[in-house]
Amino acid sequence: MSSSAKEIIQLMVELLSGLSVFVSFILGFLIVYANNFLIKRRKKEFGIYMTLGMGKGQISRILLGETVLIGIVSLAVGLAVGIFGAQFMSLLVVNMFDGAMDGYQFVFSRTAFFKTILYFGIIFVIVAGFNVVTLSRCQLIRLLSAKNRNEQMKMKNPWLCFLVFLIAAGILGVQYYRVSNPENLYYTEILPIILAGCIGTFLVFWSMSGFLLNIVQHTKKTYFKDLNAFVLRQFHSKINTTVFVMTVICLMLFMTISVLAGGLGLNYSFRQSLKELTPVDVNFISMDNSLLHTKTAGQQLMDAGFDMDLLQEDYVEVSLYSTDSLTVYDTISESVRNKSELDISDHPEMIMKVSDYNKIAEFYGKQKADVREGTYAVVCDYDIIAELRNASLEKGQEISLKGEIYRPAYENCLDGFLQMFANHVNAGIILLPDNQVQEGWRCQNFLAANYNGDTDEEKEAIEEQVQIYGEKGFLVSSKIEIAGASGGLSAILTLVAIYLGIIFLISSAAILALKELSESTDNKERYEILRKIGADEKMIRRALFRQIALFFALPLLVALIHSVFGLTFCAKMLESMGKIESFSSILSTAVILVAVYGGYFLITYRGSCRIIQNR
Amino acid sequence: MSMNTVLEVADVEKYYGNKGGLTKALDKISFAVEEGEFVGIMGASGSGKTTLLNCISTIDRVTSGKIIVEDKDITRLRGNHLNKFRREALGFIFQDFNLLDTLTAYENIALALTIQRVKPDLIQKRVEAMAEQLGISSVLSKYPYQMSGGQKQRVACARAMITNPQLILADEPTGALDSKSARMLLESLQYMNQELSATILMVTHDAFTASYTDRILFIKDGKLFNELRRGEDSRKAFFYRIIEVVTLLGGELNDVI
Repeated sequence: MSSSAKEIIQLMVELLSGLSVFVSFILGFLIVYANNFLIKRRKKEFGIYMTLGMGKGQISRILLGETVLIGIVSLAVGLAVGIFGAQFMSLLVVNMFDGAMDGYQFVFSRTAFFKTILYFGIIFVIVAGFNVVTLSRCQLIRLLSAKNRNEQMKMKNPWLCFLVFLIAAGILGVQYYRVSNPENLYYTEILPIILAGCIGTFLVFWSMSGFLLNIVQHTKKTYFKDLNAFVLRQFHSKINTTVFVMTVICLMLFMTISVLAGGLGLNYSFRQSLKELTPVDVNFISMDNSLLHTKTAGQQLMDAGFDMDLLQEDYVEVSLYSTDSLTVYDTISESVRNKSELDISDHPEMIMKVSDYNKIAEFYGKQKADVREGTYAVVCDYDIIAELRNASLEKGQEISLKGEIYRPAYENCLDGFLQMFANHVNAGIILLPDNQVQEGWRCQNFLAANYNGDTDEEKEAIEEQVQIYGEKGFLVSSKIEIAGASGGLSAILTLVAIYLGIIFLISSAAILALKELSESTDNKERYEILRKIGADEKMIRRALFRQIALFFALPLLVALIHSVFGLTFCAKMLESMGKIESFSSILSTAVILVAVYGGYFLITYRGSCRIIQNR
Repeated sequence: MSMNTVLEVADVEKYYGNKGGLTKALDKISFAVEEGEFVGIMGASGSGKTTLLNCISTIDRVTSGKIIVEDKDITRLRGNHLNKFRREALGFIFQDFNLLDTLTAYENIALALTIQRVKPDLIQKRVEAMAEQLGISSVLSKYPYQMSGGQKQRVACARAMITNPQLILADEPTGALDSKSARMLLESLQYMNQELSATILMVTHDAFTASYTDRILFIKDGKLFNELRRGEDSRKAFFYRIIEVVTLLGGELNDVI
C-alpha cells in the first residue's frame, strides 16, 4: 500500500471513531425511546408488583437486571458479529485502495473491542438512568389504571391550523429560497436556516394534524368510504406525540437523503474528474539539474537504468523554463492585484514554448494554443488563480521580457496542465513563441508517457518499476498513484455517507415500526369490534395498511421536498470540488431508501396484521 | 370474636381537583373494622367506594384525615415503610384479577411470598396448602389464559391470602364473573373469613355479593349513608334487608336484582 493510502486510512479511522460517538448518541436515543415503550407496556405488571409490596427500588433492580441480561447477550453477539464483520470490512477497504494483502490476516483490534464495550456501557447507563426516572415518576394508581387511554383530544381550530400551515409553508419557502441561492449566503446564516427549517417542519405537521381530518371529513365521499373514518380517527387519536415523532423522523429522513445522495454524488464526481485529471499513465520530471541542458528527461532516465520499453513509444518530452524577469506579480494587472485579497507572489512564472505545450496538449487531449509573434497565452486550471488571470487578460495585461512587449493572445486562460495532480491545481504556465524562449532559462525536463501494457496487472507491474525511479532523482506522478489517493478520499466519503445515512434511516424506521407495532397491540380491541360489526378481513387489513402507510409516508413526503432543496444547496456549494453527478447518486439513494424504509414498513404491516389477528 | 380494631378510618376526605372545580369523592368518612370481620362497602357508581378502597390500600392518597392500621397512620407512610406495609399487612383482590400472564398460577401465588423473602423450601408447602383450601390445586400449573374467570379470581384470592395479611381488600371481586363462579368465589371468601380468620373489606355494588358479609357500609356522595349488620339473620334475610336499603338509596342501585 502506498503511503498516501495509509494516511487516508488513518484519516478514515479518525473520522469514523469521531462519528461513532455521534452515532452512539443517536442509537442511545433510539434505545431510550424503545425502552420507554416497553415500560409503558408493562405498567400494569409493575402496578401488581407494587401492590404485593415491592418497592420502586426493587422494581428498578428487576428492570436493571433484565436490561443487563439482554445487554450482555446482545453485546456478546454484537462483538462476535463485529469481529468477523471486521474481516469483511478490512477486505473491502483493502480492495477500495487497490492494495494487495500479503496473505490473509485475521484482524482483531483491541481498541475497537474495548471502545465498543465502552460505548455500549455508556448507552446502557443512560438507558438504566431513564428507566429509573420513568419508574419513579409513576404513581401506583396510574399504573393500575393504565389501560390504553387516548391522549386528551383537543380539537384544534381548523382556521387557526390553516393559518399556521400557511405560516409554516411561508417559513419553509423562505428557507428553500435562501438555500437555493447560496451565492449570497454567509456561513453564519446556515444555523438559523436549519433551525427555521426544523420549526417550519414541526408547524407543518402540527397544523396538518388539525385540518387534515377536517378536510377529509368535509369530503364525505372519501371520509365514509371504506374504513377511512376509522383510519383517520386512529391517526388522530395519538396526534400529540405523533406530531413530535413525525417531525423527528422527517428531519432524520431528510438527513439520510441528503447525506446519502450528496456523499454518493461527490464520489461519482470525483471519479469523473479523476479521468480528466489523469489523461496518461505517468509523468517524470528530472531533478538532476547538472544535465538540464545536455540531456532530455528520457535520456536521463535511460542513463539511470530505466528500461524505456516499459513505456509506449509515443511519449512526449518537453522542457519548462523560468526567469526572474517574469514573475507572477508581473502578469497580473495592477488593478486586479489591488482588488484581490490574495497575496500575489513574486515567484518566477513557469514558461513553455508553445510548440512544446501543443505536443502535451495533443497527448492529453486538450485544446492547443496558437501564440503568434508578440503575444503570449496562459494555461491555468486553478479556479482562484484563473479568476485573477482572466481579469488581467481581459484588460489586455501586457508583459515585457528582455525588452520585448507581449500582448495576450486570448482573453481567457487555456484550460490545461503539465504535471498530473489529484486536483485542478495548475496555477499557471506562460506560453511564448518558441523563438522567444531562451535556453538559458530552462529549469526542468519533463516526460509524459503511457505504459506499454494492456491489462491492469501489466500496468501494475510497470508501476512498481516506475516508482523505484521516484527515489532516483525523478519526480514521478502516475495515474495509479493519484487514483489510489483520490479514490481513497472518495471511498471515505462513500463509506461515511452510507454509514451515517443508514444509521439515520434505520433509527427513524425503527422508531416508526416500534410506535406502530405497540399501537397495534393497543388497537387490538378496536379491530376486534370492527370484526364483530361485520368488517371483513380484507377491509380490516386495508384499514391497517392505510393507517401504517400514512405514518410512514407523511414524514417521507415532507423530507423529500426538503431534500430537493437541500441537495440543490449541496450541489451548488460543492461546485468547486466538481459537479455532483446527481442522477446515479439519487438512484442509489432511492434504492437504499426503498430497501430499508420499505422493508421496515412491510415488517411493521405484517407484524401488525399478526397482532390484531390473534385473539 | 375478639374486638381488636384492625382498621380505623377517621375523617377521611379526598378531593379530585382540576381547573373545572373540585370534586369531593370522599367527604369526612369515619368507620372501623374489627379483627375477623367481613365488611362490605356498597354504593352506586361514582359514590366514592372505590376511591375509599384505593385510599385504604395506599394506592391513592387522602386529602385529609387518618387511616390507622395497627396503631399506625398509613397515610403518612412513605417509601420502604409503605412497601413493607403493603407487603405484610395487605392482600389485594381486583375485579380484573391482575394476575401476571407470563407466570403460572403456582408462580403467581408464590410471587407474593418471594417478595417477602420467604425461604424457598417453605413456599411450596404453603402454596399447595392454600390451593387445596381454595380448591384450585388442579390449575396450579396452568397459565392465566388457560383458566376460567372464577379460577383466576380464586388464584388471586390465594395470592392475597398466602401472606396472612391483617386485612384483605377486595374491589368488586365478582364483577367479571358469571353467577356460578361468583357464588364459588364468595364461598371461598367466606371460608377465608371464617376458617382462616381473615379480615376482609370488600367493595361491591351487587346486593347478592354483599349478602355474604357480616356488615355493610352504604356510601352516597362520598358520605356514610347507612350501616347494616347481619347479626343472626340468614344470608337470604340479610339479602332482603340490603335490597330495602338500596331502594331507599334512591333506586340508583336498581341494577342489583
